[in-house]
Amino acid sequence: MLNIDNLQVAVSGNEILHGITLHLPAGEVHALMGPNGSGKSTLACALAGKPGYQVTGGTATFRGTDLLAQLPEARARAGLFLGFQYPVELPGVSNAMLLKQAVNARRRQRGETEMDAMDFLVAVKERMAFMEMDETLLERGVNEGFSGGEKKRNEILQMLMLEPDLAILDETDSGLDIDALQVVARGINHLRSPSRAVLLITHYQRLLDHVAPDRVHVLADGRIVRSGGPELAKELEARGYGWLTGDVAGVEAR
Amino acid sequence: MNSKQSVEALLAKEYRDGFVTPIDEDRVPPGLNEAVIRLISEKKGEPDWLLAWRLAAFRHWQTMVEPTWAWVHYPPIDYQAITYYSAPKRRAGTRSGDAIDPELLRTYDKLGIPLAEREALAGVAVDAVFDSVSVATTFKDRLAEEGILFCSFSEAVRSHPELVRRYLGSVVGPADNFFAALNAAVFTDGSFCYIPPKVRCPMELSTYFRINAAATGQFERTLIIADRGSQVSYLEGCTAPMRDENQLHAAVVELIAEEEARIKYSTVQNWYPGDAEGKGGIYNFVTKRGECRGARSRISWTQVETGSAITWKYPSCILRGDDSVGEFHSVALTHHHQQADTGTKMVHLGRNTRSTILAKGISAGRGQNSYRGLVKVAKGATGARNYSQCDSLLIGDTCGAHTFPYIEVKEPSARVEHEASTSKIGEDQLFYCQARGIAPEEAVSMLVNGFCKEVFRELPMEFAVEARKLLGVSLEDAIG
Ligand SMILES: Nc1ncnc2c1ncn2[C@@H]1O[C@H](COP(=O)(O)OP(=O)(O)OP(=O)(O)O)[C@@H](O)[C@H]1O
Ligand SMILES: [Mg+2]
Repeated sequence: MLNIDNLQVAVSGNEILHGITLHLPAGEVHALMGPNGSGKSTLACALAGKPGYQVTGGTATFRGTDLLAQLPEARARAGLFLGFQYPVELPGVSNAMLLKQAVNARRRQRGETEMDAMDFLVAVKERMAFMEMDETLLERGVNEGFSGGEKKRNEILQMLMLEPDLAILDETDSGLDIDALQVVARGINHLRSPSRAVLLITHYQRLLDHVAPDRVHVLADGRIVRSGGPELAKELEARGYGWLTGDVAGVEAR
Repeated sequence: MNSKQSVEALLAKEYRDGFVTPIDEDRVPPGLNEAVIRLISEKKGEPDWLLAWRLAAFRHWQTMVEPTWAWVHYPPIDYQAITYYSAPKRRAGTRSGDAIDPELLRTYDKLGIPLAEREALAGVAVDAVFDSVSVATTFKDRLAEEGILFCSFSEAVRSHPELVRRYLGSVVGPADNFFAALNAAVFTDGSFCYIPPKVRCPMELSTYFRINAAATGQFERTLIIADRGSQVSYLEGCTAPMRDENQLHAAVVELIAEEEARIKYSTVQNWYPGDAEGKGGIYNFVTKRGECRGARSRISWTQVETGSAITWKYPSCILRGDDSVGEFHSVALTHHHQQADTGTKMVHLGRNTRSTILAKGISAGRGQNSYRGLVKVAKGATGARNYSQCDSLLIGDTCGAHTFPYIEVKEPSARVEHEASTSKIGEDQLFYCQARGIAPEEAVSMLVNGFCKEVFRELPMEFAVEARKLLGVSLEDAIG
């Protein structure tokens, strides 16, 4: 599904990612962990095509096609979804409006007709109920005045509407209360299928308790320093990152 | 892609209505003097009192200086280089009263304003002004059945001189300001409308202004009178060819609402704005004012200003009647090198008068957008209330937004509130939309629409659609 090979990314002329290699097959959920500032969001943004994130080397393909050559909106229409660590507010643009435009952009891409207003409403209300979201959020400006938790649920709502093939979720679990965490986890599990893949960026084992990952990768200082099974996350929970990042410092010192 | 560049690039705009109609025009030589004014008056077969009114205005204008207080910058205008009268010639063999020149019909068809009544937009009567004259007015007969007078200004002078004489200049006097005085001296045509007592106008009335001839100014007057208890909704649209020279448009609009009358005046202003380098475009220096003369009357201005190189206009309300209401809803967009200094004046004279101001300014490219508004409450206007809200939206970092609210309150029981905000369409917002499959152009248009929707809501249906389209066109390529 997603194949990243030796990817190097610079922001404002500073290289942040120094060669990332990561293979995420269809049907799997991988967790990406690592200390603050290690480059997790940078990887997510580079994959989604954020302007200003310069790929200086390496490749990334999504379902066999070169991801990096496409405009961000084309990547999204092709089925890549980025759940933002900090979702932005779009004042005056209703949540319903954004969702409708987004869903229809994806449908047009697939050669399907646009969704009619009734079908859209039924679909979105069903998913809002699933996410235990208040329907009044539909007519509010996108994320405008939403609480931190509401914003994160809103990201998952968008994901459920768009039904992406690949979801990259950047700390969607941060800032959630215990109940909300379960709701968000339910949303992610709902999307899980043999034809889809998820890259979960998180700091906490507690999300992984609900969404069991197939693999866990640890990013430190712009490099993947360790990959392993679900037990790696538990080990990190117990020991922290020091034993891994120490390695990296050593590598760089040489 | 460089992120700064990306916002800049969304700012290239295609002007849709920039063509020139190939038609012979009867032109007065350039220049401004009494002889030219006499010639205009004579061409229109005007009565002596109107010529005297023009000449008095001209003499006064000669003593006035062009205002410089607006936040706009342009080289001095040479008033002697302008042609003050240019009207399409009738084809040989046709007489007045014959059908309209097919070339003109084609022009208006192209602009989406069919003048043949059977093809016309249902429920909209149009007065079509081409350069210095009105070339057609539709649905006149249908409106006459209700006692409504809707015709060109010139025709009104001929057929209803008593009404014109009574109301002309009663809201915007011939010496009101520099551009209004110029207009009073040289105005060539425009629309006239009178709604008799208790009549609710059964269709939207509209004027479509088209500048075609080069090196010509357009100076028209609109006079709308809503008699006791009547109601009318009026629309105004305008376009001009793309030219490298600036052209002057100095119009005057006067509205009079008698007791319990309601006038809703909507404008979608799309004069040629000039090119991306700021070359050419219309100078739109316009005086629009309405008077709520009678008790419980209401005047509501809605404007969407997307065109013109420079806009200088302040549609205002004199709230003379007790319990009268004035409203101003505005979206002004400046892009490339466009400059707009626009706003309103709400003058509260009567008791319990109320006014609302909602002004939205959008600046992109190197556009400069200023809101300038005056809220004045006279002593004795007890219980007067005003609420003003001015919001600015910036796209990119090379544009500017300015707010100049003036408040003069002489009545202690008055309540005046003012709120203002400035926001910016940011890279992060655009990327968020892109990450949802929405292209930046579409994202900007969504954000701009969201910003303007309270004003669009005030526009009649067809106009709201047109306004959205125009803003879409105007901002095409503002990022990318
Ligand atoms: N414009 C920039 N110029 C220089 N450095 C930058 C820029 N943007 C990001 N960085 C740096 O890149 C590094 C990686 O940031 P990133 O946001 O990817 O970290 P993260 O792993 O997502 O951290 P967190 O867990 O705190 O979310 C940080 O050190 C950050 O300061
Ligand atoms: Mg991060």
